[in-house]
Amino acid sequence: MNLSELAHVRTGDKGDTSQISVIAFDEADYPLLAEQVTPERVRAHLRLRDCAIQRYELPGLGALNFVIGGALEGGVTRSLAIDPHGKTLGSQLLSLAIPGRINANNE
Amino acid sequence: MNGTTDKVVRLGSGAGYSGDRIEPAVDLAASGRIDYLCFECLAERTIAIAQGRRQRDPDAGFDILLEERLRAVLPACHANGVKIISNMGAANPLAAARVAARIAGELGLHDLTVAAVLGDDVLPEVAGSTLPLTETGERVDDLGDRLVSANAYLGIEKVVEALAGGADIVLTGRIGDPALFLAPLVYEFGWRDDDWTLLGRGTIVGHLLECAGQLTGGYFADPGYKDVPDLARLGFPIAEVSTDGSAVLTKLAGSGGRLTVATCKEQLLYEIQDPAAYPQADVVADIRSVRFEEIAPDRVRVTGGDGAPRPAKLKVSLGYRGDFIGEGQMSYAGPNAVARAQLALDIVRERLEPLIDPANLRFDMIGVNSVDRTAPGDIQPTEVRIRVAGRTPDSRLAHRIGSEVEALYTNGPAGGGGAFVSTREVIAVVSTMIDRDQVAPRLHYERVP
Repeated sequence: MNLSELAHVRTGDKGDTSQISVIAFDEADYPLLAEQVTPERVRAHLRLRDCAIQRYELPGLGALNFVIGGALEGGVTRSLAIDPHGKTLGSQLLSLAIPGRINANNE
Repeated sequence: MNGTTDKVVRLGSGAGYSGDRIEPAVDLAASGRIDYLCFECLAERTIAIAQGRRQRDPDAGFDILLEERLRAVLPACHANGVKIISNMGAANPLAAARVAARIAGELGLHDLTVAAVLGDDVLPEVAGSTLPLTETGERVDDLGDRLVSANAYLGIEKVVEALAGGADIVLTGRIGDPALFLAPLVYEFGWRDDDWTLLGRGTIVGHLLECAGQLTGGYFADPGYKDVPDLARLGFPIAEVSTDGSAVLTKLAGSGGRLTVATCKEQLLYEIQDPAAYPQADVVADIRSVRFEEIAPDRVRVTGGDGAPRPAKLKVSLGYRGDFIGEGQMSYAGPNAVARAQLALDIVRERLEPLIDPANLRFDMIGVNSVDRTAPGDIQPTEVRIRVAGRTPDSRLAHRIGSEVEALYTNGPAGGGGAFVSTREVIAVVSTMIDRDQVAPRLHYERVP
């Protein structure tokens, strides 16, 4: 299954830094989320190359918070990208493959 | 702490950004039984742009929707005793307060006090200084005469003082967004200015409310995964805050949207970096211990949260004139659309690269690779739109970028349509930190007899 079956996301930005929260629909799935959604996998999936990726863990909320420095081509006031805030990044993360569970589970 | 322990203060969130919808705020003022209606309308760049308007006209520089918003909400706010707090003062809170007083008079309202919080503008103190820029490591004086604005993120102090001074409307310039909501809580509950736990919790309530509809189902819907009813009539949130800083988050019965533990979690983490340290002028909030519980449909209780002593320095947001960005777009459709789009991009690239550093040019196919970093390279949609964007200090050269895309009509591949051309000057934003004693916030009152 994909991450979209397990979690929801919201993306924000500050300067050249993107921030993506990944929140389990069911808090019981947090250990799987923490195991599978690693900085290395996020880097590979979104092709973030040299970006500095910090993952903060919020087990009490069933959530991870990714802070990705240098992800926004200079930031909203400088970037030439059509989505200079990088607001679409989190949705793209939802196609990350999550092995280990077959059954689809929306909310 | 003063007051009774079962006192509840009801805060309404009237806007999540400067262009936000107005009707939900009117509904909150009319039927929300709220005590305060707070409007967060000042993004980082907005104040730099507003400063430009003020330089051209000393009576301008406040939020361009100030008048429309106040005309819409003031009658109901006045009738129901709802106080208004907003950063719609932008680059000119003094002029904004005068406009607010004039509008109140024109609406036939009496016995009203408007306060302006001044002193966030620190351009004279900062311009030409050697203060380091947080993002780049350069110094403020490296920006030279391109620097157009410098505004310190104020805390709650003068807003609380204005409320104690009887203000019905408080208009600020740059202030921490959550401070718009924390200030009335500190005023109403008498929280001490070094009670870091309560200030942290109040800041978290403010953070949850500051984006308005983003708490009640806006920016949340994903059909089949996260459904939200009646988004077209999305209602804005209300927080019923208790003296211990816990709150019940809700929205008007009958309004559209949805307020759940999931919408609250998304907003709690929104634009937070380190969850243990969300730095504001009044406190460093810690969201790690926040918990949500749905106690009824569209009613979520928020508890927990903490805080640590406020930072020694204040953040200053600096706006400066950057380069010009030129852009052009054109669509292609039908069989072989992607190949014709690629040919179009190649042609424009060959024409522009001798003029503009390739590092400052970008070539996209919208529908193929413009935002999606995960897409395979070989998809063949039956329509695609090319986009060329570039950055240069020369406005005429920037315009040339769009012109070269438009010229594809008669100088490019077959079947291009829907050319779009734009050129804009970039107002860029960086930040620095300054000592608190360099910032002297103060109040100005306008009275409506």
